[in-house]
Amino acid sequence: MTKHLAAAFLRLLTGVTAHWRGCAPDVRQRIYFANHSSNLDAPALWAALPPPLRELACPVAARDYWTAGWLRQHLAEKVFNAVLIERKAPTARDNPIEDMLKAIGDRRSLILFPEGGRFPGPDPVEFKAGLFHLAKKRPDVELIPVLLDNLNRVLPKGELLPAPLIASATFGAPLRLETGEPRNDFLTRARQAILDMRQN
Amino acid sequence: MYDRELQYLAGGVIALLLVGSLIGSIAARRQMSEASRATVANLNARMRGWWIMTAVFGVALATGGIGSIVLFGFTSFTALREFITLTPTRYGDHRALFWAFFIVTPLQYVLLGVEWYGMFAIFIPVYVFLLLPIRAAAAGETEKFLERTAKIQWGLMICVYCVSHAPAILVLLKIPGYENQNAKLLFYFVMICEMSDVLQYVFGKTLGRHPVAPAVSPKKTWEGLIGGVAATVLIGAGLWWATPFTPLQAAGICLAITLMGFGGGLVMSAIKRDRGIKDWGTAIEGHGGVLDRIDSLCFAAPVFFHLVRYYFTVA
Repeated sequence: MTKHLAAAFLRLLTGVTAHWRGCAPDVRQRIYFANHSSNLDAPALWAALPPPLRELACPVAARDYWTAGWLRQHLAEKVFNAVLIERKAPTARDNPIEDMLKAIGDRRSLILFPEGGRFPGPDPVEFKAGLFHLAKKRPDVELIPVLLDNLNRVLPKGELLPAPLIASATFGAPLRLETGEPRNDFLTRARQAILDMRQN
Repeated sequence: MYDRELQYLAGGVIALLLVGSLIGSIAARRQMSEASRATVANLNARMRGWWIMTAVFGVALATGGIGSIVLFGFTSFTALREFITLTPTRYGDHRALFWAFFIVTPLQYVLLGVEWYGMFAIFIPVYVFLLLPIRAAAAGETEKFLERTAKIQWGLMICVYCVSHAPAILVLLKIPGYENQNAKLLFYFVMICEMSDVLQYVFGKTLGRHPVAPAVSPKKTWEGLIGGVAATVLIGAGLWWATPFTPLQAAGICLAITLMGFGGGLVMSAIKRDRGIKDWGTAIEGHGGVLDRIDSLCFAAPVFFHLVRYYFTVA
């Protein structure tokens, strides 16, 4: 119930609509990876998914931000099913990739922002290696590029009050890690898949 | 409040909708080519949109002044949302945009609610016009400053200021001998405005050959304009009994509404063409966005309001 209300509120606030351009909505295991410029990105992408997919999706989010205060922690744990990870360099004991793999098991999907932070520029910055490691460990999971548009205008970095413009989430064609594909080639290709959706 | 003439108008609109839906459902059952199938599907989607819009407008009118003010307030908000979404703004505009949506838009309609005509008429063109750029300048971003400021002000003028003149018909016009009947005048205005849109579309689709401004919109033709305007003026004059006008005055006022409405559609098409889009949004099934439906109303409402205010009210 809370989940449906939260999703309805987010859709109203951000006007976010999903455009399934390169793939159809499906409950199979997927990693949705998107450009990141606003604190609303993860909640809005989560809300844009149809309810059965939303139920299965876990956004990856920064632990320090989402555990500050009771409300955020409640939202992260009970509403968004977020996987909270450390932003600092991973240690053997605290490896975010392991946390993500554990969280999705063999059923759930992941919402991931491979830039590793919010950046104000119009284009996403270079991707961090997390997406590559996930793709290598779970070759069976589909990698779906998602272009988030206008959310940085709804709630730019550093702002508290939103401007209610209409945002969109465009879902592209699934990507696969080719056998023996070098890490940087793959990450460049994944980033390009998001950029390509903006062009047309 | 019992108003027989308003019931006649509403009954007429419902009869027209029934005829439209009937034609649509008969056409949908016939065998036909792929292209005409798409046209019929679009007609039926539009008819569903019309039913919903008529129902919402009817409920708002039935609740009296406050319902109409709230309905047009939300219409303004949604239209402005569509307008600003498709207009590039920068980070420095964020606070000014927050003001535009959550302070300026509600305040304009509050001024209607408290019937403060003087402030209603100058709030956006004077105070907002001066204060919003100050806020944006204080944010410190100078790139394309004039362009950005002008776009936000223009969006507020069209989507909020102009639209708010439609419910102002209900609240701010005191017409001698027409007391407590303003809901009927608002209904008449919206009906003429939308009927003009539909008739221009119908005449354009059936007889249209010569575009008025081919670079802006190939669909807006001289045949559609002349046929649509003539038919609407005749209908509007024939419904003079619902208004404070004589038949000849009603014809003149309908001519002003239809020509301003046509101009509004043309201007908004020019903006859409420049931005490379076909519709402002997807809010109303078959019609595109809210702004696609009300572009003619935006331009006609202030002119209608002031014509009536100047010639038919006492100060």
